[in-house]
This record gives sequence, C-alpha cells and structure tokens, in this order.
Amino acid sequence: MGFDFLRSATTRRTTSALVASAALAFALAPASAETIRWARVGDALTLDPHSQNEGPTTAVMHHIYETLVDREVDGTLEPRLATEWSIHPDDPTVWVFKLREGVKFHGGEDLTAEDVVFSVERVRHEASDFKGLHANVVGAEAIDDYTVHIKMDGPSPLYPNNLTNFFIMDKGWSEANDVVAPQNYDAGEEKFSTRNTNGTGPYKLISRDPEVRTVMQHFDGHWDEKPQVTEIIYTPIKEEATRVAALLSGEVDLVQDVPVQDIARLQNTAGINVTTGPENRVIFFAYDMGSDKLISANVDDNPFKKPEVREAMALALDRDAIMKVVMRGQSLPTGVAMPPFVNGWTEELDKYELPDVDKAKALLAEAGYPDGFSVDLNCPNDRYLNDEAICQAYVGMLGRIGINANLVSQSRSLHFPLISNRTTDFYLLGWGVPTFDSSYIFNFLVHTDNGTLGGWNGSRYSNPELDEMMQAIATEVDLEKRNEMIGQIWAQLQADRVLLPVHNQLLAYATREGVKLDVHPENTPKMTDVVFE
Amino acid sequence: MNRFARAWDSDVAYSFRHSPVAMVAAIVALTIILSAVLAPWIAPHEPFNPATLNLMDGFTPPGTPNAFTGNTFILGTDDQGRDILSAILYGARISLFVGFAAVVFAMVMGITLGLIAGWRGGWVDSLLMRIADVQMSFPSILIALLIFGVARGFIPQDMREDLAIWVLIVSIGLSDWVPFARVVRGSAMVEKNKEYVQAARVIGVHPTRIVVSHILPNVLGPVLVIATIHLALAIIAEATLSFLGVGVPPTQPSLGTLIRIGQGFLFSGEWWILLFPSVALLALALSVNLLGDWLRDALNPRLR
Repeated sequence: MGFDFLRSATTRRTTSALVASAALAFALAPASAETIRWARVGDALTLDPHSQNEGPTTAVMHHIYETLVDREVDGTLEPRLATEWSIHPDDPTVWVFKLREGVKFHGGEDLTAEDVVFSVERVRHEASDFKGLHANVVGAEAIDDYTVHIKMDGPSPLYPNNLTNFFIMDKGWSEANDVVAPQNYDAGEEKFSTRNTNGTGPYKLISRDPEVRTVMQHFDGHWDEKPQVTEIIYTPIKEEATRVAALLSGEVDLVQDVPVQDIARLQNTAGINVTTGPENRVIFFAYDMGSDKLISANVDDNPFKKPEVREAMALALDRDAIMKVVMRGQSLPTGVAMPPFVNGWTEELDKYELPDVDKAKALLAEAGYPDGFSVDLNCPNDRYLNDEAICQAYVGMLGRIGINANLVSQSRSLHFPLISNRTTDFYLLGWGVPTFDSSYIFNFLVHTDNGTLGGWNGSRYSNPELDEMMQAIATEVDLEKRNEMIGQIWAQLQADRVLLPVHNQLLAYATREGVKLDVHPENTPKMTDVVFE
Repeated sequence: MNRFARAWDSDVAYSFRHSPVAMVAAIVALTIILSAVLAPWIAPHEPFNPATLNLMDGFTPPGTPNAFTGNTFILGTDDQGRDILSAILYGARISLFVGFAAVVFAMVMGITLGLIAGWRGGWVDSLLMRIADVQMSFPSILIALLIFGVARGFIPQDMREDLAIWVLIVSIGLSDWVPFARVVRGSAMVEKNKEYVQAARVIGVHPTRIVVSHILPNVLGPVLVIATIHLALAIIAEATLSFLGVGVPPTQPSLGTLIRIGQGFLFSGEWWILLFPSVALLALALSVNLLGDWLRDALNPRLR
C-alpha cells in the first residue's frame, strides 16, 4: 500500500531522533485506510455527555452522541437530529423541533421525542455542567413521536445556538442503568455513564482505557452516509516531544495539539502536513474579587478587591512578549475576554494596554501594598497551548512589580474542579464560545453564581444590575437593542477589570500525508470530516 | 610527621596518586560540588528570582546575542529567558542536596537495622532480612515512586510545595537502605563472635555500647564504599523522579527537572536546553561513581 511505503520512509529518516518515542509503551495497531489514529494532549474527562462542559470531552462526545443542531465550520447552524426548528406560530416562547425519523441508538432503540424530553430534563439537572445554556427553559413536551416543544420563560430567538453541544441520550437505557441524573464530576462521582455510552452518533464505543486509549467503530445503523473513517483510535499523549515523535514515526495519523515550537519543523518535514487556523477561544487570568480574604495570600484582606491592584496586574502583563516568545507568533494578543468570532466583539474592546512597570508599582503602593503580596497562581499544564509556560512568564512579570505568585500547575482534571469548587484565588482559564454569542461568556463566567448561571464565575464577581441585563438579553427579540445591551455589559466588565485576557490561540493540526482535516474553530474536529487522499 | 603528610603517605592516598581515573573524577566531582555550593555567588544570573527574568531573552542560543534584547548567555537560555548556566549551578545544588541527604538517610537507617539484625540474630534478623528481600525484588525507583505517591496523598495541598524536597529525600532514602543493612549485618555477625567483643561482654559492657563503639567502627569501611556509589544512584533517582514530573517542584528545578523542560524542545532545534543539563548530570554521576569504584578497590586489600 502507498501509505506503508511513505511511513517506512519517514520512520527510517527520523529513527535517530526518536529516542522519546521509545517512551510510548503502547503498541498501536497497524493502520488501514479506514482507521484514524488520533492523538492529543489529554483524554475526555468523562463519557457522560452532560457532566463536563470542556473542549476535549465534548470533542470525543460528538463522535458517540449527537446534538439536535450542528454548527458548520463557517458558523451557521445545520440540521442533525432535528431536521427543522421554528418558533411556535401562536406562542413566541415555544420552540418547535421536528426530529429526524429512523434514527437508531447504538443499542438498537429508536430515537423518539421522549428521548429528547428526557435529555432536556437531564441537561438541566443540578449536576449538569451545561445547565447554564438551558437556564431559560421551563420544560419540554413530546407532541408526537417526532415533534418536541421546548417552552421558554420568555421569547428566546437565539436558543438553538445553545444546542450545538447538547447531546441526546436514550431514556430507556438511562433509566435501566440508573443514570437519569448526570455524573457529578466535581464531587468525584463515577457512574455507569462515565465509561459506557449509548448514543446515536456515527461511531460506537468499542473499548475505553481512560488516559490510555479509546477505540470507536463506525455504527452501521447510523442515518447519515458512511464516512471514510470507519475506526478511530484515540490516544492522549501528554508529553509534547513524545506526541510529535509518535506522528513522525507513523504511530499516529493525526496530532491535534501540536506544540507551537514544533510547527515550523513539522511544516518542513516531508510526509507531514500542518494546517493552522484561529480557535474560537480566549485565554485569560481571573482572580477572586469577591471574597473578603484569600486562601493563599500572605495578607489579611483581599488585594484583588482593589481596582488599583487589578489595574497594576494588567499593566504588568506583557502580551506581546508572550506572543513572541512563549507562543512563537501562534496567538493574537487581546484586551477583551472574547474571541473575534463572537457577537459583541469590537476592535475597540480588543485593544490592550502596553506594560508599564513603574506605573503598576505606583498603583500597588497606592492600594496599600508597597511591598507587594504573595498569592498562589493555579494553572493547568495539559489543556491549552503552552498553558504552563504562559503562567510561568506571567509569574516573572508579576515578580517585577512586587507580586510574588507561587505557581501551582497541574493536570486539568485537578485544575478545573478548583474553579468550579471556588478553591482557587487566582487562575488561568481558556473559554471557547460554541454559541458564538457574548451571552455564553456572561452566563458562565461573570453572572452572579445562582446555582444555574455563573457556574464558572471563579472571580466571584457580582453586579445585580448587570445580572438583570444578562438575563434580559436572553429574551430580547430586538437584535439591535440586544447588541446595544451587550456593548453596555462589556463596557462595565472592562471598567471593573473582571477578567484579564491574554490572547486568542491559533490552532495547528498535524497529519501524515494523505490525511486531510481542516482546523475546527471550536477545536472539536469530527473524524467524519477526514478525507484520505 | 604532621597529619597531612601522614595522610599523603597512606595506602589509600598512594593508590589515589597512581590512579589517573580517580584523580580526574575527583577533580570533576569537586568542581561541580564546589560551584553548586557557591552558586549564589558565582552564578551570572538569579534564574529563580522571577523578578530578574526577561521573557524576551527566551531561547537565546549559546554564545550569540538575543535577537530582541542583545543579551548574550554562555550556554544560552530556556523558554522563560533563564540563563542555562545559572540554572545548572542552582539545579546541581538541589540534586546534590537531595542525593546527599537521601544517602545519609538510607545509611543511618541501613546501619541501624543491619546492626540490630546482626547483633540480635534469631527472629529479629529473619524478619528484617525478609523485609529486605521483599524490597530487593522491586526496582528501587518503583519503591520511591510508591512512597512519594502515598506521602503526597497524606500531606495537605498547601504544604506539598514546601515539603516536596523532604518527601523526595525520604522516598529515595527508604528505597535504598537494604544494601547498607545487608553489608552491616554480615560484618556485625562476623565481628560479634570475635574475641574483643567476647572480652567486652565478659567484663559486662552494655550491649548497646559494644555495638556502637566496638562493632560499628569495624563495619564502616564497606559502608563508605556503598555510600559513595549510592550517592551517584540517588542523584540519578532524583533526576528520574523529577524527569517524570513527580520530584521537586518546577519553581526549584533540579537537573532532572531541567532535562524534562528541555525535552520539550528536542524537535524544534533548541538543543542547548536539553544538552547542557544532561551533560552536567552525566559528569556528576559518572565522576562520583568512578570515585566509588576506586574507593572500593583501594579499601579492598585482596585487590591490591
């Protein structure tokens, strides 16, 4: 076969450099033209489709479960399990979804309106990480086998945008296996749905060894036309050099999280293709500006409460240096915690201040910390491009103005619960916006935590006036007026310096020659889109 | 004849003077140890004071000026703009400290248990030696990993960073006491039936005193040899654990941590971040090991 020749040529050329690949203890099966061996930095945190609203988890879920609507690479919504959707002609607060007929779950059950109604209830459960996207839902009702009404608490013209990561489960299977409620990940719970699946997706789960290997095979009963890829072998490889080595030696076909330092080299390697593109994701720092006292600080009050301190921290951040050195140009520095894809983004908001160490020191002194203070900075080390290096660089920059940040970097499975459980004072987070609308950022990151909204508001920011506006935009029908309100909210958030944005990251996917896959703006590539050449 | 001259004329010193390998190894080891101890005074930069770092110095190749800042570093800089030479000096300090402390820990534990086993004999001896046998059947790095993992589970989150080095020392030390205990036990069993010990017993010297002041000095020779060789092993064990990311925290990188950081830049052409710390570790471990080998030969009359 043609590919075998290519692969062995690549192997021979790079064997001497591949000391690191010896660390790959697992032997991967030889590839046929239909198998894609997909590697990225981390594994899905769980296979429960409503438990973790997190990129790599969602990326895997999209292969096993399906959503009512799908978002194309250009941002438009496309039918998936729903063939059409519209606002009810007599009631502007009701959305009507017509389901695709003849859809089967992997276990053989038929997809009916009852399953959708069940999934709506499940995703709104307290333990669901997606509940913030369905905050305006009052209830769902099956009209007939293939029609569902979703009742909202007010007119919600943009609601279908919230459904691109809303996975449909089978009611009977969930009841039989006692997984009617989602797994509570942050509490350390494990359920049947953590390792077992029953979706309608194009691939069914064959085997799963968390953090090691997940195998999926094409589901013959799938409603859509058969994709070129019929088997997926998904392997998380945390070490950067090992991940690249696995691609160079032909052990994997696709590497999703290409380390920025290796892009140039891979582009110049024969037999390897690199595709790059912007991700709909912003990387930012956030701090607890609500509590009276911090957990890890050496002062008795909360410095982050003082606007001068927040301004000083912004003035310490040298975004251009991070872009040039840490990211090697693979990022777009920004002054707002919102990617340019999102409705509400303006060039004005995107502008950022240049670093000014003297002014920052003066501000700290003015705030009552002439000698600075010390605090822990929590950082993931296996989630975003060079996340740990970004934190390290910022620790240095903070050090120059007198703030002594102790870096605590750990795996994302430990890092994210710190934010959801509010046990971190100061942390790095990246936020992708699957709805392409500012309200997704507001509802999760800055709305007062009320159990449904504000689930990721580790800043403890609370502004009742803004909360009201954030809720109002969910049901505002006049789009012009809605955009005006979004602008007002952003102006207040920027003035309060609620989040400290660093940059939007650029993505790179590397594949062996003959495998074609475009960069997905939400970084949830679908293997059904892979083309073998 | 003064003390120095007497030492110079001794058998061991004679053997040293006639072993070029030992001399070179001693020079290399002493140079590294001295420069590590004096790192705060001789290092050109303060690599772990974040306030003195400039990110724009990052990835400067050795000996060439940085494209943005124009600064030059003899061995280049890493991804955060840290001077590699200074990082190695400070890193060697941590590696050596952990190595020495772990060996001292293992030595004290091994000697104590070995003396008890050898002196008491019977079921105490059987018990201790069976524990040793079980431990010998696992690679020591696995045991260190296990102890490290368990210890981290017990220590509260906010103290982990501060205690990481001590936990590491104890893990390596605990995984390494067996060779000391076995050698000491063997020697102690031989010594305890010798006439001078029996004489001491007859005149009613307390057993503890016999063990400590009569038997112990006579078993120290072989212990010294093991300690030297195990110093090299402990340094490598520390580097391995840090390379695997479970050792010292990244804010106080040892040589192993530096190698782990450098490994990420292996494919992108920044070879110096990996190479120089690796060479430093190699030189340190090899020279200490060669010294240990020489010491073993020099102290063994049968090999002369």
